[in-house]
Amino acid sequence: MRLGALKTVAALAVTGAAAGWWLTASDPLPDDHLSAVVGDAAAGEQVFIAAGCASCHTAPEAEDSEGPPILAGGQHFETDFGTFFAPNISTDPVHGIGAWSDMELVNAIQRGISPEGAHYYPAFPYTSYTRATAQDMADLVAYMRTLPADATPSQPHEVGFPFNIRRSLGGWKWLFADDDWVMTGDLDPQLERGRYLVEALGHCGECHTPRNALGGLDRGNWLAGAENPDGDGRIPDVTPDGLGWSAPDIVAYLESGFTPEFDTAGGSMVAVIKNTSRLPAEDRAAIAAYLTALP
Amino acid sequence: MKRLATVLTVFSLTGLGSTALAESHVDPAIAGAIKARQAHMQLYAHNIGVLGGMARERIPYDAEAAQAAASNIAALSTLNQSTYWPEGSDTSVEGSRALAAIWENLDDVMSKSEDLVMAAAVMEDAAGQGLGALQGAIGGLGGACGACHEDYRQSDD
Repeated sequence: MRLGALKTVAALAVTGAAAGWWLTASDPLPDDHLSAVVGDAAAGEQVFIAAGCASCHTAPEAEDSEGPPILAGGQHFETDFGTFFAPNISTDPVHGIGAWSDMELVNAIQRGISPEGAHYYPAFPYTSYTRATAQDMADLVAYMRTLPADATPSQPHEVGFPFNIRRSLGGWKWLFADDDWVMTGDLDPQLERGRYLVEALGHCGECHTPRNALGGLDRGNWLAGAENPDGDGRIPDVTPDGLGWSAPDIVAYLESGFTPEFDTAGGSMVAVIKNTSRLPAEDRAAIAAYLTALP
Repeated sequence: MKRLATVLTVFSLTGLGSTALAESHVDPAIAGAIKARQAHMQLYAHNIGVLGGMARERIPYDAEAAQAAASNIAALSTLNQSTYWPEGSDTSVEGSRALAAIWENLDDVMSKSEDLVMAAAVMEDAAGQGLGALQGAIGGLGGACGACHEDYRQSDD
């Protein structure tokens, strides 16, 4: 009897460990994810802008210039879980992504999985990018391959125990990664585009939505404002009740950085405005339509 | 004790309590400097509001009014603000959104301030020359404001 109970416990432990191992394993995209699409670099530049890649992956001392962005990495982000350093994602074959296959890149962007199968920290907003279309991802990859190489090595993240156990991020993904849309229902084409820009490429919810103690997004308070993940202060509530701006106000802000009171954008939003000001006008209108349609 | 309670009640009923208590531990010189620079920012916003309203064609373009607003901004940008920014008047003081990074990067702050002087001068030359000229200059002016707010102003609701 005693031995039997022990065996049961042992069996449960093995099953539990196996389940844990399974739950924390990486879950890549199907191999044929990109097989029906052909990447177009010119279209990919628009995806790159809408996704805000350069805001994090250019070097911290990089000045705005007219030329193509140099994605050398090095900006750091201090969070409750440690300090994360944006890596080099330039076309350098050693220090960047130059030697990665298209599928390796897209698995990184949409699943948060490295070419070696390790989990990325969700400071990289793959939980938003997971909602992007295969066509946009193929275009983005085609564009990234046209950008200059830079040989700056990526810096390791400074993350303490237990968050330094990357395997545990598999459990985090299982708990919190959710590729369903937040806004549901019958959307017209403009709202659908706005939802795509806000919830997928623009990854607005990553800062504007509060997080729980483990860093999972609180979808019940979608875009309702949050603590600033990168310092003190707060990230604003951009729901209609919290913001109180009209759609033309939002469009003007995304284009010029001026609020309706002619204050200007500050903090990380300055980099966001640099991107939104380069989007087509109909994309800014779509974002405004989405934000003003939020509950 | 009862008298204290009465006094506190009167204070809070008259709205004096919160203000008096909140400011009691702030050096008056620092509190005054914060008020002065926030008023300065308000004057920028008011004048940019005139230019921005015209740029967005919400109010009709008026060369004289545009020129006056642009000249005000140019004048504001060149005022000596050294007493507005005493060390210690950062976000540790209630009501201040100025990040401590300002005092750690004074060279960069000064260089961004010079960029604002230049952008304001460009606007001063442009504002009276027609709506198109005004619209062409307002992006640079907003960018100069935002450059400082990006690194040195606390995010807030």
